[in-house]
Amino acid sequence: MTSIDTGLAEAPSAVEPTRDAPVGTSSTASRILGVVTLVLTAVGLTYSLVISPPDANQSNAARLLYIHVPSAIIAYVAFGVTAIASVMVLWRKTEVWDLIAGASAEIGIVFTSLCLITGMLWGRPIWGIYWTWDARLTTTALLLVLFVGYVALRRALAGTANRAKWCAIAGIIAAIDVPIVHQSTNWWVTLHQGQTVRLLGESEIGGTMLFSLLLMMVAGLCGYVWLLLIRFRVGYLAERVDESAFDEAIAQRRAEAAAQKRTAHRTAPTAPVAQKMATHTASTEVD
Amino acid sequence: MPNVVHLRDAVCVLGRFPALAGATLDVDAGEIVLLQGPNGAGKSTLLRLCAGLLPLQSGEAEVLGCDLATDARSVRRRVALLGHGVGLYEELTVTDNVAFWAAAGKHGADEVDAAITRVGLAGRLADVEVARLSAGQRRRAALAVLLTRHAELWLLDEPHAGLDAQGRDLVDHLVSTAAEAGVTVVIASHDLDRSTALADRVATIDGGVVSAVVDGARPRPDAAELTSAG
Amino acid sequence: MLVDAWVIAAKDLRIEWRSRVAFNQLAPFALVVLVLFAFALDSQQTVLAEATPGLLWITILLALVLCVQRTFVTEGAPGLADQLRLSGLDPAGIFLGKALGVFVQLVALEILTVAGAAILYSTHFGSIGLMICAALAASVGLAASGSLYGALLLGVRGRETLLPLLLLPVVAPVLIGATSAFQAALGTGDVTLDQAWRWVGLLAAFAVAYLLAGLFAFGPLLEDT
Repeated sequence: MTSIDTGLAEAPSAVEPTRDAPVGTSSTASRILGVVTLVLTAVGLTYSLVISPPDANQSNAARLLYIHVPSAIIAYVAFGVTAIASVMVLWRKTEVWDLIAGASAEIGIVFTSLCLITGMLWGRPIWGIYWTWDARLTTTALLLVLFVGYVALRRALAGTANRAKWCAIAGIIAAIDVPIVHQSTNWWVTLHQGQTVRLLGESEIGGTMLFSLLLMMVAGLCGYVWLLLIRFRVGYLAERVDESAFDEAIAQRRAEAAAQKRTAHRTAPTAPVAQKMATHTASTEVD
Repeated sequence: MPNVVHLRDAVCVLGRFPALAGATLDVDAGEIVLLQGPNGAGKSTLLRLCAGLLPLQSGEAEVLGCDLATDARSVRRRVALLGHGVGLYEELTVTDNVAFWAAAGKHGADEVDAAITRVGLAGRLADVEVARLSAGQRRRAALAVLLTRHAELWLLDEPHAGLDAQGRDLVDHLVSTAAEAGVTVVIASHDLDRSTALADRVATIDGGVVSAVVDGARPRPDAAELTSAG
Repeated sequence: MLVDAWVIAAKDLRIEWRSRVAFNQLAPFALVVLVLFAFALDSQQTVLAEATPGLLWITILLALVLCVQRTFVTEGAPGLADQLRLSGLDPAGIFLGKALGVFVQLVALEILTVAGAAILYSTHFGSIGLMICAALAASVGLAASGSLYGALLLGVRGRETLLPLLLLPVVAPVLIGATSAFQAALGTGDVTLDQAWRWVGLLAAFAVAYLLAGLFAFGPLLEDT
């Protein structure tokens, strides 16, 4: 029986939870981070929507930027994390990085959408239009579509053995595109006005406004990390649901043989026993 | 002499399904081994593992002296696999296909016609698109590709399926000729009468493990000597 | 690697020679799209003339999606993936070969669509040299990125719908660049010749980036592990 046992001992070891493997969708740390995020967001929103003064040029519409600017920055951070994690998947071949890449892309889509929506709502009163083909807007919109495609691919590949590797490659070849997209949209709109965020202007921002923006920035980053932790844990546990039964699956697989063999050979279900039965001794004698 | 195929408790996972659940098998050089077992027993998986096409999850697997866990790629060029799918381009003619695979394997173009003749597709059929061939004719074309590979190990998955009596005789003839020339052959088949007559040994696979190995009926004067050396 | 690339490309072009799918289906499709654009922008010769560069490249992008789908459908026949991995062909060579096959078909389609536009849209061409350089650089990039995504999606469920979703945003810079370069060549936009050559540079950068990505990614892509 020994050879069977060694055969089995190796297979599930890849499956067994390691030291710090998640057992639930949240930990103490993530719960604390969640509370911190919610408090920071509440305080940040109070500051940005109530306490801070209206902008000199844009009046209350400028308050949208307290959400818009942090979400834009976090969106780029999220996609950067996906790109780096994709490289790490190919380099280290660990599941952790794959899950981080996927989680970060999904959260990135949320923040990119938030950024685009607040941008459009802001653009309507300030520019008079919801959308303009400005370089940043266009790049961000393309970024959103690139990563929607990436997440769609993850879904299509769900449950396949190659998902991590293929999605990592897809993530990297999408990331390669970002600087090219950025450059092309920049050239493309040279005729249009400059960077939109300058409208906020360094001189115009200060005191409470700057504090509100920074507060929202920190709240947003905490929110990103919080969501990333939870999404990572959910992804990790979802993988485990299928894999937890691996040694069981091996046993079941072997039992398929046992069920049929019992009719012919009473003691045939395991390989070493079968080997003893083999009439051809020379090439089957082991160890 | 090392075994051509040496598996010890080999576990091979398709998706999450352990198609091979700890298979143990040795095949000596020049042997013809028949794999038999019910559908879904793991025969095809074993053949694809031996071809270096599937990752080894655990256990030992060595083919032609290469450890499949670390060096599966160097096995590939030295084996030939006849799978369920024939591996031919539908839009190309038989000659196109054989010539393409010969060129891909860096074999001479002069062997193409010889191989096509050996499988009985010379003449009109050689210039017919694969899409318009019958199932049996496709398998013959796939055999022609197999012949141009000059492999040391043949892995044949149901080679008799879809063939007429003549075609099955052709397969048997090609296999025994190859084995006499020193090629090792592993055949997965349901055609037990025919394949047992061909084989030195018959291995039964079931539930992803090799459950029994018995002698086949192939007449071999030197069988005892060869196998005792293994 | 280059020998392997040639083996694969020759095989793909032979498949096209035997099946004539690109010739019999893709080429008429491209012309139909050109005609449809004319219907959509009906009776406004000036609008049509100004939009010609963009319409041409949209047509080519649509044809690219079909061309990539077609060239990878032929690789999907049962057993081919196994045999390809057993063949000992260099994955980088396979990538270059697939891309070369797509490239040749794309260039043929571009010549056809430009000729079609010349007739249907009464387009006048300024700088032919600029057009050829832009089209070649764009085609290399399109063929490389298309082959990369075609291989990535080989064997994925729902690849027919995923391919355009993944590929078209990626080639958006090619659309912008090639359209701008053609605007300068055709004199329809406010793009100067100087700017146009910068765009050709961007197209070339895209082509190089995706050729390199393909050379490195194809090995892992073709592997099951």
